[in-house]
Amino acid sequence: MSGPGIVPAPLKQLPWKLLLLVVAITGFGLAVLYSAAGGHMKPWAISQGVRFLLFLIVAIALSRLREEFWKQTAFPTYVVVVVLLAVVELIGKVSGGSQRWMELGIVRLQPSEFMKPAIVLALARFYTLLPATELRSMHAIWPAAAMIAVPAGLVLLQPDLGTATMIVVGGITVMFLAGLPLRLFVAGAATLAASLPIAFSMMHDYQRNRVLIFLNPESDPLGTGYHISQSKIAIGSGGLFGKGFLNGTQSHLDYLPEGHTDFVFATMAEEWGLLGGLFLIGAFMLLVNWGVRVGLRAESRFARLAAAGLATTIFFYVAINLMMVMGLAPVVGIPLPLVSFGGSAMMTVMICVGILMSLDRQPRRGRIG
Amino acid sequence: MKLFGKRVITDATQGFVFTRRALVLGAAQGGVGLLLAGRMAWLSVVENERYSLLSESNRVNLTLVPPRRGWIVDRTGKPIAINRTDFRVDLIPERLTDRDKTLAAVQRLLALSDDEMQRIREELDGAAGFQPVQIAENLDWNRYAAVSVRLNDLPGIMPGRGFSRFYPDGAAVGHLVGYVGPASAAEYEKAKDPLLITPGFKVGKEGLEKTLEPALRGKPGAKRVEVTAHGKIVRELTTRPDISGGTVRLTIDAGLQAYAARRLGTASGSVVVIDCANGDILAMASMPAYDPNSFSDGISHDEWDMLSQDDHLPLLNKVLQGLYPPGSTVKPMNALALLEAGVGPQETVLCTGAYRVGSGLFHCHKRGGHGMVDMRRAVAQSCDVYFYHMARRLGYDPIARMARLVGLGERYDLPVASQRYGTVPDSAWKKAKYNRDWTAADTVNASIGQGYMLTNPLQLAVMAARIGSGRMFAPRLLATSAPPAAATLPVPAEHLAIVHDAMDAVVNGGGTGGRARLQVPGVLMAGKTGTAQVRRITLAERRTGVLGDAALPFRLRDHSLFIGFAPADVPRYAVSCILEHSGHIVTAAPIASDVVSYLFDKDKALARLERLEAEWGGTIAQRMAAQARAFRAARHPAAAVPDPAEEDAR
Repeated sequence: MSGPGIVPAPLKQLPWKLLLLVVAITGFGLAVLYSAAGGHMKPWAISQGVRFLLFLIVAIALSRLREEFWKQTAFPTYVVVVVLLAVVELIGKVSGGSQRWMELGIVRLQPSEFMKPAIVLALARFYTLLPATELRSMHAIWPAAAMIAVPAGLVLLQPDLGTATMIVVGGITVMFLAGLPLRLFVAGAATLAASLPIAFSMMHDYQRNRVLIFLNPESDPLGTGYHISQSKIAIGSGGLFGKGFLNGTQSHLDYLPEGHTDFVFATMAEEWGLLGGLFLIGAFMLLVNWGVRVGLRAESRFARLAAAGLATTIFFYVAINLMMVMGLAPVVGIPLPLVSFGGSAMMTVMICVGILMSLDRQPRRGRIG
Repeated sequence: MKLFGKRVITDATQGFVFTRRALVLGAAQGGVGLLLAGRMAWLSVVENERYSLLSESNRVNLTLVPPRRGWIVDRTGKPIAINRTDFRVDLIPERLTDRDKTLAAVQRLLALSDDEMQRIREELDGAAGFQPVQIAENLDWNRYAAVSVRLNDLPGIMPGRGFSRFYPDGAAVGHLVGYVGPASAAEYEKAKDPLLITPGFKVGKEGLEKTLEPALRGKPGAKRVEVTAHGKIVRELTTRPDISGGTVRLTIDAGLQAYAARRLGTASGSVVVIDCANGDILAMASMPAYDPNSFSDGISHDEWDMLSQDDHLPLLNKVLQGLYPPGSTVKPMNALALLEAGVGPQETVLCTGAYRVGSGLFHCHKRGGHGMVDMRRAVAQSCDVYFYHMARRLGYDPIARMARLVGLGERYDLPVASQRYGTVPDSAWKKAKYNRDWTAADTVNASIGQGYMLTNPLQLAVMAARIGSGRMFAPRLLATSAPPAAATLPVPAEHLAIVHDAMDAVVNGGGTGGRARLQVPGVLMAGKTGTAQVRRITLAERRTGVLGDAALPFRLRDHSLFIGFAPADVPRYAVSCILEHSGHIVTAAPIASDVVSYLFDKDKALARLERLEAEWGGTIAQRMAAQARAFRAARHPAAAVPDPAEEDAR
């Protein structure tokens, strides 16, 4: 490294461009929340900002950990989160309703959120341990499948189709990257397509409704299709440059439901137009791309699988949410990370970013050392 | 894939596979990113117009402000139909705090029926946010004030003012102007105008209100407001004031119209007065009538049943829709036709009281006969045999030509909803209609305005005006522009003078119309009486003596008719009056006389009327209220005595 400067070495080592990107996305999100509250910092923008600073510190702290730490804790973390999911499910059963979180005094803990990075790390660890020669045997498949199925099943019981989907696709992504035979995935996709009608028949009424409405939102413009219709109106009416900051009518006049949470992108698009949308989509793609490139340049198998998997977790967050608000996917309740008001998604994504930064330090250190 | 064949997979190949798959994954992610950007561009650029429109229709709520309806005024500008401010109370559902308590208080204060409360509750259940629900309209000041002063205790209640149609003369103008009411579903289906379903908006339903609708309606105002998804109004954007409908001036003289309606009294009949100078209709009253005020407010079941069951037909505008045999009132017209055909006024006919045509015997109204009659005496004494004889000599077709010339059988160009124009029969008509030849009996019947002949009261007035003035005036109802020029009646002036003289004799020369003599010094009325028979008098009845009208049921009694003009020497006003089934108990002549005398001496005519009304049991409104009370009492014997305040209000 270059000689000692005024900036301390740990600070200098931080990936500033990446942090700037994350701050830019969140900052833009804060502006949208400020507008969504009718031009006020309260109740959303201020607490979201404070929360972001907190998670930013957490992410930087995580980035100081070594790859070895993630390797060692991957399985224990996974087990703990699965237990927490089971506990939440039991609490829900006892209190007689569905529950996704547990109250821990000041913090409301939602274990399913932790499962998104945990499954990626656990599977990465699993394939690191698996001898390369076993990759084509059943031993490469069934433990991984079980590791995905247990938490996904528990989350589905809550019921939270969106999160369960993300756990499944996050896990499958790692299996794909690990080098399992391609025909497995082709066959899996075919099976999935064939089993869709069965899955549909097993869904809860509200889930089934969402799928039906997604397929034909105009069939119920004032009922369940209202979300999608109003969201498309907000985005479509924004045009190229939007209606202007604080001038969105769909959000300010309450036509757009969940305008500060799941449908925050529509709130943004109404006021900032296609320009704002391209900025956000571009920024998220850069973030995901950075994550994938961390994996590409990593040297250990664990770091490669984990980095690419975590990047894909962030990607799925963004992609599912945007497809939902633009009417390309059913309403599944996945927020837009860093932008939507709420701590869970932000926490997950910032943990992912923290681990990614941590994994990214390894090869450089290696090069230097 | 070949790469994954049976080969041993080493760590190195694993790294290679990862890199390849990670690149594929990255590319796929980039592809999804592009797809999302493309989708967004599609929504916000290609479909921008559509979604902008949807967003605007979300945001902006357009409420129509119903235009104030144009006035209908008489020839001097006196109001016939105007708008009265009315008090109303609405309810804003979103502001309600305790629904049951508020509704109970409102019911008590406004004295609302349980039916009304049921309606309000139903509308409340279906209402959203700030859309007001009507509690009551047309409130009197006391009830309105009772709610207004308690507003603090009644959250959500909104008192307000609106407009309702008001006809100062009530039933006297009922058939003339018609009434207004909320547009029907069919009307909305046809026009698709959102104004029609705006609360409080009314359209013309009958009479002039209906036919003059385009002129009276005006243009609605609009209030554009920004509303939230919950219906809460954020701010007013723009307000366009309504443009009230135009005022329509009629040729009617409101005072005369009211007088004519009142003067008809308890009879079922009609009076028409036409200005002989220009054809203006000064009055066209048909009685009994409905009160357009109660129709415009929404009529009760009892009132409707009472009107529709009445044998005096208060729902029928007899001036335009009543068809009657004109009877002897056609005799002056007959005389004109005879003169035209060369019959000398001095030629006489011996009246023996009956006239034989083939095997049939036609009687004169005077049993013993009139003896020798010339034209003047035939008209003055209304001798039937003279006209039987002369019409047979001439044939009826030339007389029918004259009948049409003076306006019978004609459909006038008037802004009225419907007009029945009757029949002037002749040989061609009978051939076309019944495919039978005209007979001598037909001629004899038509010569005294019976048989196939049918006219409406307006046609009779037009006939009187044309004979009186010698001009072919078309009747006019709208005083919107200068009256059109009228051609001269193609009849020599000396013929008209002969007929005028005979009609003068009817009233002032010892003729049948003595009771039509005007009570105005220096003004003489010229006219002709008529009696139209509605039943066949059998030979048996003739032998035993024709039954008096008092002995007959209402439906079978004769109609009494009168046509005339005054002053007799320089005709200024023409009048027709028909009393249905009045027999000879009440006759048309004195009514026509009083109505015309109103035009020359208002005070005396009114004084006479007031004396008569005292005999009849009060004014039109008082008599109608009494009738309604009696009807209700007969129908709901147990019901309480109606509120006397209701009568006083009229």
